[in-house]
Amino acid sequence: MAKILLEMKNITKTFPGVKALDNVNLKVEEGEIHALVGENGAGKSTLMNVLSGIYPYGTYEGEIYYNEKLCKFGNIKDSEGKGIVIIHQELALVPYLTIGENMFLGNERGRKAAINWDETYGRADELLKIVGLKESSRTLIKDIGVGKQQLVEIAKALAKKAKLLILDEPTASLNESDSKALLDLLKTFQKEGMTSIMISHKLNEISYVADKITIIRDGATIETLDRKKDTITEERIIKGMVGRELTDRFPVREEIKIGDVSLEVKDWTVYHPLYTERKVVDKVSIKVRKGEVVGISGLMGAGRTELAMSIFGKSYGTNISGSIYINGEKVELHTVKDAIRKKLAYVTEDRKSNGLISSNPIRVNNTLANLEAVSNHSVIDEDLEVKVAREYKDKLKTKCPTIEQKVGNLSGGNQQKVLLSKWMFADPDILILDEPTRGIDVGAKYEIYCIINNLVAEGKSVIMISSELPEVLGMCDRIYIMNEGRIVGELSREEATQELIMSHILKSSSKGE
Amino acid sequence: MDKAKTVLKKYTMIIALIIVTLFFAWGTDGKMLLPQNVNNLIAQNAYVLILATGMLLCILTGGNIDLSVGSIVCLVGAIGGTLMVNMRVNVFLAIISMLVVGLLIGIWQGFWIAYIRIPPFIVTLAGMLLWRGLALVILNGLTIAPLPDNYLVLFNSYIPDIFGGTINITCILIGVISCIIYIVLQIRGRINKAQKGYEMESMSSAVVKMIIISIVIMAFVYSLAQYKGIPMVLVWIGVIVMIYAYVTSKTVVGRHFYAVGGNEKATKLSGINTNRIYFIAYVNMAFLSAVAALVTIARLNSANPTAGTNYEMDAIGSCFIGGASAYGGIGTVGGVVVGAILMGVINLGMSIMGVDANYQKVVKGLVLLAAVIFDVLSKKNSK
Repeated sequence: MAKILLEMKNITKTFPGVKALDNVNLKVEEGEIHALVGENGAGKSTLMNVLSGIYPYGTYEGEIYYNEKLCKFGNIKDSEGKGIVIIHQELALVPYLTIGENMFLGNERGRKAAINWDETYGRADELLKIVGLKESSRTLIKDIGVGKQQLVEIAKALAKKAKLLILDEPTASLNESDSKALLDLLKTFQKEGMTSIMISHKLNEISYVADKITIIRDGATIETLDRKKDTITEERIIKGMVGRELTDRFPVREEIKIGDVSLEVKDWTVYHPLYTERKVVDKVSIKVRKGEVVGISGLMGAGRTELAMSIFGKSYGTNISGSIYINGEKVELHTVKDAIRKKLAYVTEDRKSNGLISSNPIRVNNTLANLEAVSNHSVIDEDLEVKVAREYKDKLKTKCPTIEQKVGNLSGGNQQKVLLSKWMFADPDILILDEPTRGIDVGAKYEIYCIINNLVAEGKSVIMISSELPEVLGMCDRIYIMNEGRIVGELSREEATQELIMSHILKSSSKGE
Repeated sequence: MDKAKTVLKKYTMIIALIIVTLFFAWGTDGKMLLPQNVNNLIAQNAYVLILATGMLLCILTGGNIDLSVGSIVCLVGAIGGTLMVNMRVNVFLAIISMLVVGLLIGIWQGFWIAYIRIPPFIVTLAGMLLWRGLALVILNGLTIAPLPDNYLVLFNSYIPDIFGGTINITCILIGVISCIIYIVLQIRGRINKAQKGYEMESMSSAVVKMIIISIVIMAFVYSLAQYKGIPMVLVWIGVIVMIYAYVTSKTVVGRHFYAVGGNEKATKLSGINTNRIYFIAYVNMAFLSAVAALVTIARLNSANPTAGTNYEMDAIGSCFIGGASAYGGIGTVGGVVVGAILMGVINLGMSIMGVDANYQKVVKGLVLLAAVIFDVLSKKNSK
C-alpha cells in the first residue's frame, strides 16, 4: 500500500449558524488523483480552504496530517511552503501583467529590491513547456483565453514546487477539448509523482481521471470509492451525492403541442465590439416554435452567447445585420428594453457578473427586470414586491431562510433559481437560457429541467445554450450546432447523438481552415 | 441578547451620534445643547446636508464622487450675487437663473461621465478647477455684499411667530403637527398592510419607535422655540431630505441607483438604461450644489471667491460616515443625514470647547477613518 500523503481527521468547521463541515475525513495516497464530489454547498470548497490555511488552524476542529506530521497552517503561505497549492475556480490572475509576472507573483525571483527578470522569464518559459502551453511568458494574461489561463495557473503552482495540487472545478469554463488536455496533463504529472485533489461536478471527467472518489454530502463524508475495488459509474456517484438513485436525470415532458414559429432570426451577422473586423456571428438563421425547446450546441467560443446577447437588444457586438421576426412580424430590437417589451428574456451564463446583484436581497433581484409590474406611477409597492418574491420562492422551490437573504450568500443552484425567477417575472414568451445548469449540482439541475418543462407547457419557447451534450440531448426537441460563428447543423431529437453533434463540429472546423 | 445585537447594529450610527453629543454636552458644561447652539448646528451644516444628499446618489452608482461641488457652489453664488446686487435683477428670477446654471453645469459634467464614459473623478476634478476659475473671473477676486433683504428672508430668517410671547408657539405647533402627520402616516401604513395581509413589525416596537421619534421632534422644536423659532433653512433641508429619502427608497429610479452600484452589467441586461442613471446622478448633484449655493450666500450675506472651499470633502465624508459603501450600491439618505449631523456636532462641539482649528481637522480625519473602519469590520464579522 502506498504512503498516505495527506490525512484530514474529523474536521469540523462551523460558521455562525451553520455547521459547514461535520467530522469530515479524507485520506489521500501519494501519487493518486483524488476526486472530491458533492452537491453545491456540500462543503468541498470549505474543506479545501481548511487544508490550505485560508481558514487558519484554530478556527476549525480536527487534525490535518501531511507527510505524517501534524500541520497547523496559519495562512496560505504556510501550506504552500509544504507544497500544498490550491487553484481556485475563479482564476486569480492579474490581466494586465504578463504570464511570467503572474506565475511568480508573491514568489518573485531575485532579491526583494531587485527582481531578476531574466530568471523569471527563463524559468516561466521552462514551466510553460512542461504544461504544454505554447505562449511566450511575456504575453499579457488578458490576451490569452480561459483555457490557457488555467494552464498558467498550473504552471504557477509548479513554480511553487507543488507536491499536492488542489484544483477547484478546473474545467468549469473550458470546452471539451481543453478539458481533455487538462485532465491528460494531470495524468502525466501523476506519472511523475504528483498528487492531485480535484473538485468537479463533471462526472464523466471524474470517472476518466480519478483513482479514488470521496463523496461529501451536507458537510459529511459519505464514502470513498476506489477504482481498484469498486466499479465506478456515473450512476453510482450520483447515488452517493444525492443519497438516492436518480432513475432519470431528465424529467419526462408531457406531450406538448408545438405551435407556430414565435421567433425567427435571419442572416444574423455580428462583429466583435473591439476588434471590429472580426466576425463573431456569421449569417445565422434560427427559429423556435411555441412550446418547443431548441438547443444550441457547440464548443466554447463558438459564438453562441454572442448570438444570444446580440439578439437580446444588441447587448453585444457592433455592426449587427440581419432581421428578427417575432410571431411573424419583423421587429427592431435596439435596446434590452425593446427586447423585454417584445417578450424576450435572456438568462445569462454568468450569473455572478451579468445576472444578479449579489449584495442585494432576493426580493430586489426578483423584480429588477420588471419593476413596472410592482410599481405605481414609478413608486415601488414594496409589499407587493415581497408577495411576488415569496410566490417565486415557493414556485421554484428556492432554498433560502427569507427572501431578504442576500443573493451572494446563496448556493449556485439557488442563485440560478433566483435568476430564473427574475426573468420569469418579466413575463417573457421566448426565453434564451445560456448554460442554465452551469456549476450547479445534479439535484438542482433536475429541478431546473422541470422548470423548463413547465415553461414550454405554458406555450412559451425556450432556446437553450449548453455545452453539456447529455443535457442538450435530454432536453431539446431540436438542436442547432454552432461552430466558429456559423450554424453547421440541425438535428431533431430523434436523430441526435453525442457522436453526431461532435462530428458536425469537427467536420466544420476542418473546412474552415 | 441576539435581538439587542441586531438593534445595536441597525442603529450604530445613531447611538454613536448620541454618545458624541452627550460627550460634548459634558465637555462644554451643557453649552452644546443651548438653544442658540442647536440653531447654529442647523445653520452651519445646511449646505453639508444638501450636498451629502446629492453625493449619496453619485456614490451609490459605484463609489463615484463629485469633486466639483464646492466650486459649483462658489460659481453659482458668484452669479447670484452679481445678478442680485450688481445688476439688480428680481430675486426670484435670480434664484431661477442660479438653479438653471446648476443644471447646465450638471448636464455638461453628466454628459462626459455618462455617455462618453470619462471617469467621474477626472471630469469633476477638471470641474473643480474650471468652475472655481470662472467664479474668480466673474467676481474679479472681490466679494459681493450685502444681498437684498427679500432674498435673505427666504434662506436666512425664521418662520415668524404669529402668537408672540417668550416661547415661540408657532414653532411648537409645527412640531406637534409634524408628529401627528408622522404618526398618522405610520398607522395608515400598518392598516394598509394588515388589509392586504402583509407581514409587519410588531405593535410594541412600532409604538416605541413612534414615541421616541415624537419625543426627539418635540425636544428639538422646544429647543428652537426658546431661541428664534424654526429657521427657514431647516424647512428647505427638510423638504430636500424628505424628497430624496422617498425617491431613493420608494421609487423605480431610486432602485435603479442601487442596482447600478450593485452590478452594472446585470442592471444593463435587465433593460435599465445605466447611462441615464449616471447622467441623473451628476446633473442632480450640480443642481443640489446650486441649492447649496443659495443657502451659502444667504448665510454669509455675500458672494465671495473662497465660498464653498472643501465643501465636497464635507459631503463625501458625511456619506461614508453615514454608512454609504465606497464600492456603491449601499447607503441611505437617513444614514447620510445622521453622518452629516455627527460631523456637525463634532465641529460645533470642538469650536465651543475652544479646540484649536488645526486640531479640529485632525480629529475630523480620524473620525472619518474610524467610521469606515468600523463599517468594514462589522461587515466582516457578520459574514
